[in-house]
Amino acid sequence: MSLDPSIVGRRYPTTAPYTVSTEKVREFARAVGTPYDGPEGPVSQVPATFPIVLAFAAMNGFLEAEEVDLSRIVHGEQSFTYERPVAPGDVLTARLTISSVRSLGGADVVATSSAITDPDGGLVCTATATLVHRGEAA
Amino acid sequence: MSAWTVGAELPARTYTVTRADLVRYAGASGDFNPIHWSDRVATAVGLPGVIGHGMYTLALAARAVAEWSGAAEVLELGAKFTAPVVVPDDEDGVEVTVAGTVKAVEDDRVRLALVVTSGGSKVLGNPRAVVRA
Repeated sequence: MSLDPSIVGRRYPTTAPYTVSTEKVREFARAVGTPYDGPEGPVSQVPATFPIVLAFAAMNGFLEAEEVDLSRIVHGEQSFTYERPVAPGDVLTARLTISSVRSLGGADVVATSSAITDPDGGLVCTATATLVHRGEAA
Repeated sequence: MSAWTVGAELPARTYTVTRADLVRYAGASGDFNPIHWSDRVATAVGLPGVIGHGMYTLALAARAVAEWSGAAEVLELGAKFTAPVVVPDDEDGVEVTVAGTVKAVEDDRVRLALVVTSGGSKVLGNPRAVVRA
């Protein structure tokens, strides 16, 4: 199955509000090996790749809408541009837009952009991702 | 870090990645794609075996940046996932090394060019970061 190029420009529904908690940041920081806090409080920023949690939720919405199985997706590229650091207490949502779709060696290469915003609509981070979708073997 | 010199090479950092790390990262990030924990699914979709999350490798690059910069604010971060990091089902795992060079200093923005390798081969394409000086 290949993705219909007509999805270019399509925006998927905004993800449910996600409250950034100290515990979740701590868990994420431990997983990537950058201690977030100590007895006296935070010793570093929230890990730079933490917004992937939001971007991933937005991507799942896209995959669900297009009936694409996650195991057929390989991450091709990811970049983040930050307007401000994420911090515990932030309530964030993400909305994914399809930038382009092209066919490469039997796979669909889908470029996406997810805007991660706060409740006032302020942009916190833009996460762009290229997703490589391998269809079922012929 | 207060003084950034254009052209300066940052000390390479090496991190070990095991299956347990991938499971921990899956839980922390919400990325439960089975290609990152099931050999059965990974090989069924044509991969050589369980591969690390590209985002885990990028997170290790960000970890090196945080260590070099004293946890400076990150303004930009990105890379292409050009080669899979195959993570064996053993105690030793696989090593990922992150090296970096100061590419430019523009006002308070410091641009870093990174080189991220595993087993001597590059695994990220054009990995880069911009931090606040």
